[in-house]
Amino acid sequence: MTTTNILITVVVIVLLWVIVMYNKLVGLRFHAKEALSDIDVQMKRRFDLIPNLVETVKGYAAHEKGVLENVTKARASVAGASGSPLDRDKAENMLSGTLKTLFAVAENYPDLKANANFIELQQELSDTENKIQASRRFYNSTVMDLNTAIATFPTNVMASTFGFQEEKFFETSNDAEKQPVQVKF
Amino acid sequence: MSIYTQRASNIRKTWLLFTFFLITVIGIGYVFSGLYGNSSILVVAVFFSSITSIISYWYSDKIVLGMYRAQLVSLKEAPELYRIVENLAITAGLPTPTIYIIPDLAPNAFATGRDPKHSVIAVTQGLLNKMDQTELEAVIAHEMSHIGNRDMLLSTAAVILVGFVSLLADFFSRSVFWGGIRGRDDDRGGNAILMIIGITLSILAPIAAILIQLAISRRRESLADTSGSLLTRYPEGMISALQKIAADTTPMRTANNTTAHLLFENPFENKEKTPFLHKLFMTHPPIQERIAALKAMKI
Repeated sequence: MTTTNILITVVVIVLLWVIVMYNKLVGLRFHAKEALSDIDVQMKRRFDLIPNLVETVKGYAAHEKGVLENVTKARASVAGASGSPLDRDKAENMLSGTLKTLFAVAENYPDLKANANFIELQQELSDTENKIQASRRFYNSTVMDLNTAIATFPTNVMASTFGFQEEKFFETSNDAEKQPVQVKF
Repeated sequence: MSIYTQRASNIRKTWLLFTFFLITVIGIGYVFSGLYGNSSILVVAVFFSSITSIISYWYSDKIVLGMYRAQLVSLKEAPELYRIVENLAITAGLPTPTIYIIPDLAPNAFATGRDPKHSVIAVTQGLLNKMDQTELEAVIAHEMSHIGNRDMLLSTAAVILVGFVSLLADFFSRSVFWGGIRGRDDDRGGNAILMIIGITLSILAPIAAILIQLAISRRRESLADTSGSLLTRYPEGMISALQKIAADTTPMRTANNTTAHLLFENPFENKEKTPFLHKLFMTHPPIQERIAALKAMKI
């Protein structure tokens, strides 16, 4: 094998490696992007269920105007918030909080609790909260794969050359959420 | 061990076992084709082994569901089960599998299908009756992990290799019986020794192949336990489910040996201590070992 042949082979191998690594990073980045927008899908599902819930509750618990208004206001602020689910986290968590209060208050109204529509909405919303959690967890696992690839050798050489950046994990911004739950009757 | 190192260990062991398997099979093929003085039997054996395995892999969902008399269920018919499966699919980043219920009272479950898009999860009525929410989630997470880790594809590859070795051994023993082996003319003396090697191999090779395949199957089951715990972030759920299943003595009516390897737990297992030789022939690690591995996991 002549020196030129060896040189050409080495160059070809390096080129192939660059292509494979670059494509792998691009793939991981798109996985993370898709996972992020999937969180939006679940959030939207919750967003759409709420007006129906507010109407059903109004019919039975008209006195609880304050609670219902809080829910509607929180929903409006979520609609107004812009950016990725990571940026909107605070507004979305507030909406979660108002919904929890609404369901707690509904415990005082047995007629409301027996209403078939309300029961179904309660189940749907509870399932939606689970789906939001599931999509956040999946997003975190895609970010872990992406960040690990960016940080480990030899892919990190590729990553810094082409400007791949580590993404942020989904973390709770609300300190109150990190405290153990107090149950008071 | 953390959950990640445990997962990495299982994947590594799968690679090692498979490489060892391939080398062994190539070696066996080499010996047999040498005995025939002709390598065309290798082609024939590969062809037949592949065809049957690929067909059963491609139609795995229909075939197995038929055997177990499984009933398709939708969101309306089994809302809790459907939601558990759907949410775990979202966590795993997989399409939601089609869901079936098997009318059998022993608690068990399986997953099948040629790829995640055509995947199927089936649970027995017994599982639904006996497990609570977290335990059911753990079992479904285990099955979902089989789909995500492409275990159907992997075990089909293993089965093809086993079939290949068995066919070679079969051809050889038939040729010996009907007297069709022609050695090379300049090799008279060595012929007898080669024949003895050949006959021994034709008995031992299929057994060796099956042992390796079962070892691979056990690694994949451990991996599914670990990956499932990564999905739920709650190994206690699976520990609890395994303990309940270990205590349950209901025999499975529709189980049989050919599909035992697919199930969540081996329906034919003796639940107390398993002797080493018995362990070698099991498709799943013994339940006590699975529980111990989950308990040791730091998550």
